[in-house]
Amino acid sequence: MYANDFEYYHAESVAEAVDLLEEHEGAELLAGSHGLLPRMRTGEEAPPVLVDINAVDGLSSIEVTDGDLSVGALVTHAELADSDLVREHAPALADAAGEVGDIQVRNGGTIGGNLAHGDARTDHPAAVLALGSSLDVTGSDGDRSIDAADLFTGHFETAVGEHELVTALRIPIEDGASSTYHKHRNPLSGYPLIGVGAWARIDGETIERVRVAATGNLSHPRRLSAVEAALEGEALEPASITAAAEQTTALDDDEFRPDVQASPAYCRHLLSVNTEHALRDVLDVDGE
Amino acid sequence: MTEHDITLSVNGTEHDLTVEPRTLLVTALREDLGYTGANVGCETARCGACTVRVDGEAIKSCMRFAVQSDGAEVETVEGLAENGDLAPLQEQFQENHGLQCGFCTPGMLMTADTYLKDADDPSREEIREAIEGNLCRCTGYHNIVDAIEATLEQREASHE
Repeated sequence: MYANDFEYYHAESVAEAVDLLEEHEGAELLAGSHGLLPRMRTGEEAPPVLVDINAVDGLSSIEVTDGDLSVGALVTHAELADSDLVREHAPALADAAGEVGDIQVRNGGTIGGNLAHGDARTDHPAAVLALGSSLDVTGSDGDRSIDAADLFTGHFETAVGEHELVTALRIPIEDGASSTYHKHRNPLSGYPLIGVGAWARIDGETIERVRVAATGNLSHPRRLSAVEAALEGEALEPASITAAAEQTTALDDDEFRPDVQASPAYCRHLLSVNTEHALRDVLDVDGE
Repeated sequence: MTEHDITLSVNGTEHDLTVEPRTLLVTALREDLGYTGANVGCETARCGACTVRVDGEAIKSCMRFAVQSDGAEVETVEGLAENGDLAPLQEQFQENHGLQCGFCTPGMLMTADTYLKDADDPSREEIREAIEGNLCRCTGYHNIVDAIEATLEQREASHE
């Protein structure tokens, strides 16, 4: 299981990386290598050129800027899981990062690579969607921002352009908001069979605003807008949560990814259960 | 394909080598430099038999290209013993029968050794979580957890 032959380039800046992507047809970026390398070894991907961005400065910090939590693209899952800033401002992301694989994998994989590669099975997308995040990307036409809601277009398909590089994940910080991530782990692979991220703001005894999103065995990571609509403005009590979580049962079979180990009916059940648990957690409402 | 000249520090010894871009770190360690402690098991980032430390962190060396690690400080299981004396963790694996066939042991030791650097009175459950990235198909893990616990107890006793 050798990877295909490829030409290797080492970029020292974002601009150099973008130039190399433009110069070389079919070139891909190389960061933590945990998404791309295994797929190169199975022949699922065979990029002729890799541009290593591990030495690019300025992509490895976690900081609060302009009211946002900004996470550099090269921050590893282990760094996210251990970060006090992430735990404080985006607990769902810290939860999701801590759920990835095992410590060796968390030390290797990066957040930018995870999101840009678009593997729909992984933990982060549900947290990133629930947190209302966006991605900063740079291409030859300059910088732009991609709303997480527009990022995931399919399994291994994202809105990040062929010659663009993700530089940071940006998460708006809102006072009084909380978030969480709940998952049913595939015991073999460690990937989420279903993972649910939830973010909420409460006004007294009323659920003011909420975002709920799911990842795992879905056609692609997605917001659960019917669940959100069923909760907003509702009273903060178990019945509201149960009724909202039941909205997930309306998802059609073709919204789930085919899996010999987990039927759509089973995944639909996991989605409803994990949605309810995540909501109770984030809204701090006990079960019956 | 263009080959690349890289430098790896392995257990404190600097090595210059020339690799194809697709050469994995574990392949460079084993076949180019003769550090055969890290094993090649599942090759899919699950089993952990290839675990080494790079710049202080435990990683799976089948999941990165050697060229990515140019200039890195690599530590392998060969670096644990000093002057032929087993490290306390290795002794405890032996004492507690923490291995049978031994294939997973180099990776298991590197993960456990890294974990022990910061571990503070962990529960058995926490120790199991710490080694979840290393699969053993012989021991059922009980004796491995025993060995790690015994290493911690020995270390605490020596500090008292």
